[in-house]
Amino acid sequence: MKKIYIQEEYCIGCRLCEIYCQVKHSKSKKIIKAFKEEMVDILPRVLVEEIGYNSFAIQCRHCTDAPCVEACISGAMQKNKNTGVVTCNEDKCVGCWSCIMVCPYGVIRRDLSGKKIASKCDLCIDEKIPVCVENCPNEALKFMDKDAKEKSLVGNKNEK
Amino acid sequence: MALKLKQSEFEIERDQNKCISCEVCVRQCSNDVHEYDSDQDTIYSDNSKCVGCRRCETLCPTGALKIRNREDQFKANYNWTSSHLNNIYRQADSGGVLLTGMGSDRPYTIYWDHILFNASQVTNPSIDPLREPMEIRTFIGRKPDGLESEMKKNKGSKEGSKNTNIRLKTKLSPQLDLSTPIMFSAMSYGSISFNACKSLAVAASEFGTYCNTGEGGMHKDLYKYANNTIVQVASGRYGVDTDYLNKGAAIEIKIGQGAKPGIGGHLPGEKVTGDISNTRMIPEGTDAISPAPHHDIYSIEDLAQLIYALKEATNWSKPVGVKVSAVHNIAPIASGIVRAGADFVTIDGLRGGTGAAPQTIRDNVGIPIELAIASVDERLREEGIRHKSSIIAAGSIRSSADVIKAIALGADAVYIGTAALIAMGCHLCQKCYTGKCNWGIATQDPYLTKRLNLEIGTRKLLNLLRGWSLEIKEMLGGAGINAIESLKSNREHLRGISLNDRELAILGIKHAGEAW
Amino acid sequence: MNEINNINKNNRNTQEYFSRFRIPSGCAIFGIVNEARERFSGGIAIDGISVMHERSNGLGGGFAAYGIYPEFKDDRVFHILYDDAEAKRQTEDEIARNFKILLGEEIPTIKISRIVNPPMIYRYFLKPKGNGETFTTEEDLIVDFVMHINRDIRGAYIISSGKNMGIFKGVGFPEDIGRFFKLDEYKGYMWTSHGRFPTNSAGWWGGAHPFGLLDWSVVHNGEISSFGTNKRFVSGFGYECTLSTDTEVITYLLDLLVRKQKIDMELVHLVLASPLWEEIERVSSDNREILKALRIIYGSALLNGPFSIIVGSGDFMYALNDRIKLRPLVAARKGEYLFISSEEAPIRRVCASPDHLWHPDGGEPVIGIVRKEEIKKDIKSGQAIQIDEKPEKLVKTGVVSLNKSQGDLNGFKIKAI
Repeated sequence: MKKIYIQEEYCIGCRLCEIYCQVKHSKSKKIIKAFKEEMVDILPRVLVEEIGYNSFAIQCRHCTDAPCVEACISGAMQKNKNTGVVTCNEDKCVGCWSCIMVCPYGVIRRDLSGKKIASKCDLCIDEKIPVCVENCPNEALKFMDKDAKEKSLVGNKNEK
Repeated sequence: MALKLKQSEFEIERDQNKCISCEVCVRQCSNDVHEYDSDQDTIYSDNSKCVGCRRCETLCPTGALKIRNREDQFKANYNWTSSHLNNIYRQADSGGVLLTGMGSDRPYTIYWDHILFNASQVTNPSIDPLREPMEIRTFIGRKPDGLESEMKKNKGSKEGSKNTNIRLKTKLSPQLDLSTPIMFSAMSYGSISFNACKSLAVAASEFGTYCNTGEGGMHKDLYKYANNTIVQVASGRYGVDTDYLNKGAAIEIKIGQGAKPGIGGHLPGEKVTGDISNTRMIPEGTDAISPAPHHDIYSIEDLAQLIYALKEATNWSKPVGVKVSAVHNIAPIASGIVRAGADFVTIDGLRGGTGAAPQTIRDNVGIPIELAIASVDERLREEGIRHKSSIIAAGSIRSSADVIKAIALGADAVYIGTAALIAMGCHLCQKCYTGKCNWGIATQDPYLTKRLNLEIGTRKLLNLLRGWSLEIKEMLGGAGINAIESLKSNREHLRGISLNDRELAILGIKHAGEAW
Repeated sequence: MNEINNINKNNRNTQEYFSRFRIPSGCAIFGIVNEARERFSGGIAIDGISVMHERSNGLGGGFAAYGIYPEFKDDRVFHILYDDAEAKRQTEDEIARNFKILLGEEIPTIKISRIVNPPMIYRYFLKPKGNGETFTTEEDLIVDFVMHINRDIRGAYIISSGKNMGIFKGVGFPEDIGRFFKLDEYKGYMWTSHGRFPTNSAGWWGGAHPFGLLDWSVVHNGEISSFGTNKRFVSGFGYECTLSTDTEVITYLLDLLVRKQKIDMELVHLVLASPLWEEIERVSSDNREILKALRIIYGSALLNGPFSIIVGSGDFMYALNDRIKLRPLVAARKGEYLFISSEEAPIRRVCASPDHLWHPDGGEPVIGIVRKEEIKKDIKSGQAIQIDEKPEKLVKTGVVSLNKSQGDLNGFKIKAI
């Protein structure tokens, strides 16, 4: 299963990944309209953490044994058997925030407008590659299989 | 304190209908030009701090920003241009030497733009490089005066030498083997970031050409690319020891560079941090000032001594060459250098780039590379010593057409510096000396150096080399040539346009419209 | 560089005027050599080249002949074109200063209606004066002298400077030029010939092929796109290209590479038509070193662009195609004879059934080596050359003429002329 991996030595802290995530999950999907006209604040599902000059973007890791799925009392959090993506079914979510407390990466956030969980990466299932990866100006985010990731770490070779 | 008089060079136009206050511009500008006001939910921009690097304009997701040159800084004056006025204001404030970066931007004639290349029609077929062999492999180094060999014919061999074994008796001097006549110019680690250095080294290795360490020594993480690196021995001798000399593929003694002929290099102490101080072998925080002359080269015979000393130190296994700026008497100087034993001569022209140079020297000292190459090639041929050294042209080679023209004027290969940096993202704001390069190239600030992704940088350099090499092959094929050695110094394939007789005579070419 | 500013525009009929126009090379070459050094009439060469009449347009033709002056065979002979008497006077002064003139005369010609406005054409048989200079060889002195005359004396052009050989050329179809110079009355063991197709009308006699220097002669079909590079390369060694045609530089390259740099004739094609780098990589490592070294050192001598050339010298005839074979070349052997031609038809015309006929590959040379021993008797004409006759008398009577009857010579048909 392909996941999003971050090369923190190349994250420049511009937060464009957050912007494009917000646009993707807006109503209009157009950047200017989304920010200027849709009055409701859309939460980005990817978050850029910064300390000093180090920064990196983190989002849901779609864990194999997802703690949030275990902790969910209403069964809204489910790991899709085929795609492996962990999604939150908004109809079933009761807003108990158990998943937020249990997530070891802290990548789930609460959506204040509807008192429901919103901020969780859905790997942009309907796109070829997730929009944060596509739009990172420094190619710090990579969308690949675990094996490909291992290979790139070991050889540390540049892709052509 | 007295009023600062300098006007802003740039004006930032922000289209408020498009700006979504995402603050990318605020975060990305290292000169703190933009500021977000949360009460008003708008972003304000301070024009006076903008250097015109176009980082914010490039990253803005909605295209809300436009950086404009301010044409109307002062009342129109053909003589006292705004740049003269601004320079005096700056100097009145600081009392120091005005620094600048990159190559000269003054409106001197660019001879590349007045030279046209040839193509064959009818009498000679052009060659299609995609279907026929087209060779641009180049060798840099000293060529012998002649060749001695002996032939051993196999018994019963017929006409043609396919059945004979020939043994070479002359020993060829060491040569650099380039897959394309383009190399990366000397840019020191210190003036540019580590990622930039590594991108150049990796791209050179993968493509089969060479990069150059510049004055900054070779970083140990780049040792594995040493076979494709030319090491430089500059006046400050930073990082020079026998290990360094023996690792590189060739040694270049830097006497001068085109951007600042006659003076040495300067790396401000702020940029001499841990890694750089290790590589250059100087204490952290000290200014790295390369003296103007090499203090052991005060004349041509001293240079000969150094060349032979370096050859001895490396057991005569590498080409040893000299880099000089193109100055008025470059022809006899080059002749002297060749006779002193150099295997190659790099000539850096008026428009060569740099990380930091005094503006007056960059813009007023030296001569254009086109004229330098033509006159050096002519002089060396007249003296019958042209084959003894290869000539490498540097100083604003901007396109594959410039490469072709340089070779037709007499160069063996070219160095690209500014072009390589532009490929990696440079926008020529000429503020390299501040160390605040927003593109992560001419800086050591760890926050900024991340902005140059090694993979992306290497990929772009390889693409640049590949694209130019293909264009060179196309142009060669169009002129009916299938090997680059048949273009070297082939002035018959060049014609000048809108040049006067003296310029044509110095370049050694005819005017467009004249036949053979 | 052309001295365009200095030309007196009124003198439109001079060779000097025409020498300004460089004309791309034309289209027919033909060569015959007898490896046993048996001499035969120039009529055979004329016959052969006339078959390729369509490849020329009448604006250039020429022949190089070897072995035609047996009575002067150890002396140097210059063939010189003059625009006017002044050029002749200046040149003869120079010659007298540097050489002992054994004989100087106008080359005998007959009037042909299609050959118009010929310049004055003279030949001189010379011995060098021997001023005591021992630094340079006789050949170097001759080369310097030829370069000096061609460059410095306006209106005089030395077109051949060998021993026991001569170049006859001018503006006209090659068969007309051959008849103009009465070449059927000469006998030589090697003849090369050429017909041009220049693309503007010019009366430049010096620009026709062959080009010669010392014993070298070159005829060429093609255009050298590396001309600028080759020209600059040889100029560094003292050779000046003054005859406004790219072929000239091939002659100088050969003299430089073979005579001065002493590269074996059998290796010269590795410089002039070097194999591709990818081919060099595939060769065995010994040969690879030398192929690579030759290309690296002599890169500026590589001839780029389409060409087929026939080179003559006292001891061999040599032919070569460019390495991607953009011009035709056919070779054939019959007994002691080697034929080389742009097309097969001329070969068949003079030799109906050759032993062996082939098309050489691009970059593969064809060499016919002439044996050292001389065969003193003439070819079946029954008339022996009296070598101890006074030289002037022999030359004035037009050398030895062939028996007028139809003869069959080793499978040739010789036409009565």
